[in-house]
Amino acid sequence: MIKVGFYPGCSMKGGAQEYQESVTALAKVFDIELVEVPDWNCCGATAAHNMNKELSLSLPARIMALAEKEGITDIVVPCAACYNRLSLVKHELAEDPSLSSKVASIIDLKYEGTSNIMNIIQFIDKYIADKLEEKVVKPFDYKSACYYGCLLVRPHSILKFDRVEDPQSMDVLVKKAGGNAIDWAFKTECCGAGMSVSRTDTVARLSGNILKDAVDREAEVVVVACPMCHSNLDMRRPEINKFLEKKIDVPVMYISQVLGLAVGIDAKTLGLNRHMTAVNLPVRPAKEPAVAAVPEKVVITQKTEA
Amino acid sequence: MSASHESHHPLTLSGELRLETGVIINKCYQCGKCSAGCPVAEEMDYPPSLVMRMLQTDDPKHYEKLLRSMSIWLCVSCEMCLTRCPMEIDIPTIMDNLRQKSYKAKKTNPQAKKIIAFHKSFLDSINITGRLYEMGLIVDYKMRTGAMMQDVLIAPKMFVKGKLNPVPEFIKGRKKIAAIFNRVQKDNKEGK
Repeated sequence: MIKVGFYPGCSMKGGAQEYQESVTALAKVFDIELVEVPDWNCCGATAAHNMNKELSLSLPARIMALAEKEGITDIVVPCAACYNRLSLVKHELAEDPSLSSKVASIIDLKYEGTSNIMNIIQFIDKYIADKLEEKVVKPFDYKSACYYGCLLVRPHSILKFDRVEDPQSMDVLVKKAGGNAIDWAFKTECCGAGMSVSRTDTVARLSGNILKDAVDREAEVVVVACPMCHSNLDMRRPEINKFLEKKIDVPVMYISQVLGLAVGIDAKTLGLNRHMTAVNLPVRPAKEPAVAAVPEKVVITQKTEA
Repeated sequence: MSASHESHHPLTLSGELRLETGVIINKCYQCGKCSAGCPVAEEMDYPPSLVMRMLQTDDPKHYEKLLRSMSIWLCVSCEMCLTRCPMEIDIPTIMDNLRQKSYKAKKTNPQAKKIIAFHKSFLDSINITGRLYEMGLIVDYKMRTGAMMQDVLIAPKMFVKGKLNPVPEFIKGRKKIAAIFNRVQKDNKEGK
């Protein structure tokens, strides 16, 4: 069993429990144990960097310092917002040693900046992707709109992850799971993020436009890698439907749930029952078992040189 | 402009921003790609490219307008402006800087009250428990804004689905978190 550091973040302990359930279950299938950073704190999210620069540096720095103390190097951070904050702070402190020592004194911990922060897709690519196809028992045969949102891919100059306007990494994983990742135009448009409570109308408009494009292109499911994107697209559905003036019932699934279903994990373990918009994937007619074209035996006789 | 020339004059606003953030406002040549890509530009009083132009003027009147604007609070920090800027100007960092200054100088736009209340409730939760306690956040936010009835219909379903945790998780090091808050807030209080 391989052990990998794990920063769940607050969403996974609350509104996005199914994300943690599905990531943990998926890792287990591939013989990976996720080890939580001990006594981790909130990364501060948007609130901290909007209100107080030093706080926005210190909270993520404490998390990474605790991981260093524990000897954890690879940290998988499935929440795109947490992944973004940790990565940006690591970058900023690496660029400015005097700021780094100031932050170390604020958090009262030694901080080296040696953690390797990975988002969920980087984690899957590194530890799972190679063995994924051979483990697929139930191909995820659905038209999938992979939605990356903002914080997984931006700012590219620091995150250096995937293409910035038309990312592909999640599409590749969905295809490996037997799915049909569709081309669409809203892959990296913003869902409204942390405005869900304070400006629900804005979120309904932005998330509504995203779902409309996915549905117009006949997506049967929207696949995400961020609890904030999920909660806006899934939980804000009544407000979205009101904005669009029509009822959209396309389900929103985490990439870990999609891959989990494909490798045979049951829906309940993956927390699919927890979504506010029901996950009712169309039942496919049983396919004729694919008859593998058996090539005629080709015998190559090698001439032996006399 | 020589270095000696700069040193004999008080810092301009754009110069001050450059010193604090490293961002060079004067690189902006007003192509407008940031405003075109910004998901909330249509709701803003000054779209991002206009914010850049206003800062370039170094006019204190414009600066004052920005500190009192809705734009800085409507910005969702999605980083689209920076991504599409041909000069790679870090506009999100400027927005952070303006927000922090607006708050510190008690110049926040009254219409941004709910947005700021949400941020404050969010940070209070971390200060007390070390983590974000979602149910506590919502209750605290409602107390601050008086929006008592907001989202009450969705709560029971969330509870049934296991999306509302009724008990907060307190981390062991929460006193250390409170100490961090104390250290960073010393010179950054709105002082109300």
